[in-house]
Amino acid sequence: MTPAPADPHELVLRCTDLHRSLGRGEAKVHVLRGVSFEARRGHVYSIVGPSGCGKSTLLYLLGLLDLPDAGEITIDGRPMSNRDDAARTAARGAHIGFVFQFHFLMMEFTALENVQMPMRKLGRLPPGQMEARARQLLQEVGLGDKAHRRATELSGGEQQRVAVARALANQPSIILADEPTGNLDVRNSAVVFDLLARLAKENGQAVILVTHNPDIASRCDFTRPMRDGRFLES
Amino acid sequence: MSPNFRIAVRFLTAKKRSMVMCLSCIVLGVGLFIVTQATTSGFQSHFITTILGTDGAVRIEDREQNTIQTVSAGDYGSGFQIEHKGAHRYVEGIDYPVDLEEAIRSFSNVAAVSQVLHGSNVTIRSSFKDDSVQVYGIYVADHLRVSDLGSQIVGGSIGAFEAEPSGALVGLEMADRLQLGLGDTFLLVADGNVQRFKVSAIYSTGKEDVDRVRVYLKMGDARSLLRKPTGISYFQVDLRDRERADRDAQWMQDVLQYKVASWQFREREWLGVFKMLRISTAITVSVFTVIAGLAMFNTLAMIVLEKTKDIAILRSMGYTREDISRIFVWQALIVLALGSAAGCLLGGALTFGVSQVPFQIRSIFTLDRLPVDTSAWHYVEAVSTAVCTVMLASLVPARRAARLEPGDIIRGTAQ
Repeated sequence: MTPAPADPHELVLRCTDLHRSLGRGEAKVHVLRGVSFEARRGHVYSIVGPSGCGKSTLLYLLGLLDLPDAGEITIDGRPMSNRDDAARTAARGAHIGFVFQFHFLMMEFTALENVQMPMRKLGRLPPGQMEARARQLLQEVGLGDKAHRRATELSGGEQQRVAVARALANQPSIILADEPTGNLDVRNSAVVFDLLARLAKENGQAVILVTHNPDIASRCDFTRPMRDGRFLES
Repeated sequence: MSPNFRIAVRFLTAKKRSMVMCLSCIVLGVGLFIVTQATTSGFQSHFITTILGTDGAVRIEDREQNTIQTVSAGDYGSGFQIEHKGAHRYVEGIDYPVDLEEAIRSFSNVAAVSQVLHGSNVTIRSSFKDDSVQVYGIYVADHLRVSDLGSQIVGGSIGAFEAEPSGALVGLEMADRLQLGLGDTFLLVADGNVQRFKVSAIYSTGKEDVDRVRVYLKMGDARSLLRKPTGISYFQVDLRDRERADRDAQWMQDVLQYKVASWQFREREWLGVFKMLRISTAITVSVFTVIAGLAMFNTLAMIVLEKTKDIAILRSMGYTREDISRIFVWQALIVLALGSAAGCLLGGALTFGVSQVPFQIRSIFTLDRLPVDTSAWHYVEAVSTAVCTVMLASLVPARRAARLEPGDIIRGTAQ
């Protein structure tokens, strides 16, 4: 008996009434004030808002890089917000791919090695298949011929495309992108966004990106504006 | 290759200079530790070989007489008594050596026994000068079994000593001081008794205080000179397992009721000096290893600071805190393994080199080369010191790296 195909618009991420404060004592700021959010496979979501409204904080909570003070986060139906560090780390490796504004490639490694990095940790594929998949992903982001270049030998746009390939490496159900085009020129911004959106839709992944770029935001399936730690509409 | 190891190697190669500094210190620390231990142990081994070859593993002398061992501290019958420590009296010499020798030979670890008659207030007169010497009367065949006297002959022969009437064995130092050669005659004066002897052979133990004062005579000649027709001064005993001498000596003393001294007891001062020398040189050269540990700590701490973003991205990809910690511990282990291997090679090469260099010593020992004693334990101790220091130094940065919160790093608020 073969397993039933996944629902292309299945709910993969849900957060309910998230609260998060940063800082201590008098410097403590209530950054998120009861945020709720849902993301489905195959859709691209943008979160927009002024600096300091809590967009990135929300993204790190959704990516299990941080713990909420209150509220619930569910990934692929499994509650994650109160799980221990090991469970959240395992969930990140298996279900979530990150793209950050400043690429965060590991500079001592080649593009190919950077893309293989999450696969090596997850260990789902044998080494030969890991390399083949990394090459295929680099091909898809247009860097097939630069697979063996070190990160330092790539331009900013190329580095961000390697970061996109790396985020897709473990076929995660969710891709979280924090200002993925914030450090790129208009042409490279369009290239990186198109890549993310196309590959996510082809692979049935939910993409949630934080952006200040109104053009990018307008091209997403859903846009959620934020202000003062809350979504403006629900 | 595990992903953690792969990352550790790349982090290391990105910090070549610092790592070469750590590596150099480990190599020097391990190498010098090995060579200094080899030389100090070499002196100790040479000393032990010499004293075993000269004075034997165990010496049995002086009959023990028990005296009062406890003193009543209260009224008669109070039961409260004070132990009188060292309550022994020793009667000099052994009056009935034949019976005692039989008893000594019954101990399973005893390999050979030799009777020795010792005379200390003896003057030697050569045509050149007079000097004080000590006379040792021996049965040659027996004494060769409990000493290395046979192999210590540097002039003449044991056969000649045994065969010649009034033959004597003199030490090399004594022969030089008195300008005595093979076949020369000299007088020995003991308590007014003067007898002439002939140099049949010259020996050299390599221990100056022996070679300068000891004259070996055949037992009959010694008895005649010292006017001791019966009895002996002590038994020199060789053991099959010489390391057991301390335990066997105590056992023999309890059973035989004679004072029994093992070589470890007789030479405890010198052995203590050698032990202290080994420890002090080990501490001195461990400074290099400590510097290696500090350099490792510094380098890893710098890498943690420089690689916080890499740590954050690794954590976001599913690498656990333990993985991050292991990446840093791997770096220390790689440098440690390379440094220890190179240090062992350096130590081995230096030890060999030192053993080949001509180096004349004419003091408490007579040596033409530095003695070295190669032992696997020196390598184990050197590497263990390096492992403890470097691994201890790597733990703090490794733990710090593991504790970093990826969210804080990405937000730019990591402490």
